[in-house]
Formats: sequence, C-alpha cells, structure tokens
Amino acid sequence: MELVAQFLGSAGARMVVGLIGVIALVSVNALFLIWMERKVAAHMQLRPGPMEVGPHGAIQTVADAIKLMGKELITPEKVDKPVFWLAPIVIFLPVLLSFLVIPFSQTMIIQDMNVGIVLILAFATLSVLAILMAGWASNNKYAVFGAIRSVAQNVAYEIPLLVTVMSIIIMVGSFKLSDIVAAQDRYWFVLVQPVAFILYLICATAETNRAPFDLPEAESELVAGFHTEYTGMRFALFFLAEYTNMFIAAAVATVLFLGGWHGPFFPGVIWFLLKVYAVIFLLMWFRWTFPRVRFDQLITFAWKILIPLAFVNLLITAFVLKLR
Amino acid sequence: MMSYFKEIAVGFWSLLAGMAVTIRYFVKPIVTVQYPREKIQMSPRYRGYPQFIIDPETQTHKCIACDMCARICPSQLITVEGTKFPGEKQKRATQYLHEHQYCSLCGLCVEVCPTTALDFSKVYTLAGFRREDFVIDHLILLQARQKTAGLPITKIPTAEEVAAAIAAEAAAKEAKEKAAKAQAEAKKAAEANAAPAKEDKE
Repeated sequence: MELVAQFLGSAGARMVVGLIGVIALVSVNALFLIWMERKVAAHMQLRPGPMEVGPHGAIQTVADAIKLMGKELITPEKVDKPVFWLAPIVIFLPVLLSFLVIPFSQTMIIQDMNVGIVLILAFATLSVLAILMAGWASNNKYAVFGAIRSVAQNVAYEIPLLVTVMSIIIMVGSFKLSDIVAAQDRYWFVLVQPVAFILYLICATAETNRAPFDLPEAESELVAGFHTEYTGMRFALFFLAEYTNMFIAAAVATVLFLGGWHGPFFPGVIWFLLKVYAVIFLLMWFRWTFPRVRFDQLITFAWKILIPLAFVNLLITAFVLKLR
Repeated sequence: MMSYFKEIAVGFWSLLAGMAVTIRYFVKPIVTVQYPREKIQMSPRYRGYPQFIIDPETQTHKCIACDMCARICPSQLITVEGTKFPGEKQKRATQYLHEHQYCSLCGLCVEVCPTTALDFSKVYTLAGFRREDFVIDHLILLQARQKTAGLPITKIPTAEEVAAAIAAEAAAKEAKEKAAKAQAEAKKAAEANAAPAKEDKE
C-alpha cells in the first residue's frame, strides 16, 4: 500500500495514471454522448431513438464504433498525404491535453497549473488548425469551404469568449481553475454573472461547431464539411474530438459558472459530472431547437452583438469590483 | 442605442420560446412504435385488400357467386366461380380469385356486392417476391381467418364435388324440364280432350 501511495505521490506517476484515466473517460464519454445525443434528438421529435442494441439501445454506439474500426482507411489520390494523415492526430491531442487542468474534485486534478484556463483556451484554438489542415489537405472544395468557415467562425467567437472569461477571472484574481471553483463555495458565479454565462454558452456552441453554428459541417450544402474525405477510424477521431470538445466546453462552464465540485451530500466528482452533463444537455437542447444560421448572420452576431455585450459586461464587472 | 438592446432582448426571448417548445415535446410520450414487434391498429376506414365478411349467424361467407364484383371491377382482376349445390336455394362460391397486384383499391366490388359479402381488410404488411404472391384466393384466406378466430372452417368444394353438383343440377333441371314438358303435354291433351267434348255438347 505504501508503495502504491508513494508511486501515486510522484508527479510523473500521477501523470501516467491521469492520462490513462483521461483516455478511458474520453472514449466512454464519447460513446455515451453519441447515444445521449440520439436519444435527446429522438425524444424531442416524439420517437424513441436507438432501441435495438442493449437496453434502450445503450450499446448501439459500441456496435457503431466496431463497425467504424472495420472500415477501410481510404486516402484519396490527390490529397496532401502527410497533412491529411496528421490532421486527425492534431485535432485529438489538444483535446487530451485540456484534461490536464480540469478539476474534477478538490483532489482529482492531474496537474493544477496556475495558467489553467489559458491553457484550455489555447488548446481549444489548436483544433481550428487541425480543421484547417484537414480541409486543405483533402483537396476537395467542400472540405476547404468547411475549413474556411470554421476558421472565420472560431476567430470571431474566440474574442467574446475570452472577454467573457476575463470578467470571471477579474472577480477571482486567478487563472487557476481550482481557485475559481474554490471562490464559489458560497454562491455560484452564474447568479452574479448571468449575462456572462449566456455569452459563454453561445460562444462555446460556436467553438465546438455545433448547431445552430455548425456551418463548417453543414451537410445540406457542404456534404460533411472538413471531414468529407475521411473514412473509418480517422473520421471517428474527428467525431471523438468533437464530442470531447463538448465535454471540455461544458466542464469549463461548470468550473467558471456552476461552482465546479461544490454541492451537498455527494462527493465532488459526482456533482462535477452531473453539472457537466446538464450543460451538455443544454447544448443538445440548443441543437435540436434552433435552425442553422446563415454565415453572414453568424459573423454579424459575433461582431455586432456578442463582442460589444461581452465588453459591456466586463466593464460593469470591473466597475462593481472597484466600487466594492 | 435602446433599440439595439431591445432587439437583443426580444431575440433572446424568442430563443427561450423556441426552447420551451422543444422541452415540452421532450417530455411528451413518443408516438412511434417498434415496428416488427409492435403494430398499430388501422383506422376503421383503412383500405387493405378486400376480403369476405364472416357472417356472425352462419360463421361463413355470404358470396352467392353472382359475378357482380367481377363485372364492375375496372381492372378485371376478379374471377368468381360458383355452383348451386343440391338441396341449397342459392349458388355458392367455389373459387374467388383476387389478383391484388392489379388492384387500385377503388372499392367498387365492396360497394356493388348485393349480399355485402365483402369489406376491406386492415392488412398493410404486403410483400412478395413475385407477382403471383399477390393472387389472393378469398376462400383460402377465409379458412385461415376462421382458423385463427376458432370458428368452424368452411370447406372448399373439390373439382369432383363441383362436377357432381353441376351434373346433379343439370339432371335436376332436365327432370324438372321433363316434368314441366310432361305437365304441359298433359294439359294440352286435357284441353284437346275437353274441346271435342264441348263440341259434343252443342
């Protein structure tokens, strides 16, 4: 026992165990989220959704994943091969790294860095690069259009996202995620920053390329967007990254606004995961309610509404903090 | 400036209204069924292929093989054969073929039937590999339905029985004709006999 404790105590071992845990969480989370998405969509359309494989279709995604693994990896003739091959890896790595700093509970943090939130936002931006790589390397007009849209959209929505997050950070005075959660032990920040919460949710929806902002993969006009040419497990990696990005966006929302691990009766991890999945449900609810926006509406919304509102919110926050 | 914020507020409110609609639907009971295992009840006016009504009194069909349905059918897909059996008042169907692959479900056969022997079934699961799979023999279908309903099964007359019935019928007819002829002759004879007698009286 002592040996195990000693082993777990060292930073390197903590990293190894943490990464194994994260990889397990990422896969299970994606399998669960795809099932949940289908169920939410189905019930909003008055139908039961997947029902055949397992109780209420619970292991349908496992069957789909096995099918995807068995598929041929097609590399089209005229693609830029190294970049085409690299893009799914590049989209998946930052997703894994973001888990380093997410505080699941007071003790369950792989590496509690004092630049936590900045690290997550920086890595989130890397996924744009991967999408651009995938779209460009595919040598396909639909893929390029999807990638271009994705970049424009992410650049536009990064700004209000950062400004919104800034208003929370100046309240706490720390970039450390555990400090932000610890500062919410009396009340959740969503109560004092409701506008920031809504702005964050909108930006998170756009950052994760989800409906109503899913223009990069708008299937009615762009086939499948940037991953049009990808098959089999490479496509599955994009899919996995998308759902894991959702988890990360929801986890950051939980940390910043919903009090992280705080909550009565249950251990912190359970409260944290409950809140994360509640936010994910909210994102799914958005997807199955709102129609996709047009591209000019998307950009107009970001620059004319979200960015001014985020700055106004930041200014008011700063004033109130100064007056107090 | 105020209109800018007002627009944002109104827009946000409309988003909330939309979300209220979807969450209401989310908690509503589902309306679809798991098809191969669950099937829905068809409405009373649903038109499947026509079939015989099982008469509650006789527990069999009421077809008298009058051929009205076969004549009115715009696609001419009905073939009815019927014979009068000895000891029965009316003709009875011995074969009723309905080539459903040509049927447009117009319902004229159902409407025209003088004994209301036909109505629409509620069957909507029709699939087959060949056209011949859709040739429905109503009498065989009736037997299958009687079997599932636990009713006495109506026998389909065999070809020999039909031939015998036709022969018996013909013989009966001949006998009847003969009898009628004999009667007529007897009457004539009687009249002939009566006429000279009248003359005799004068």
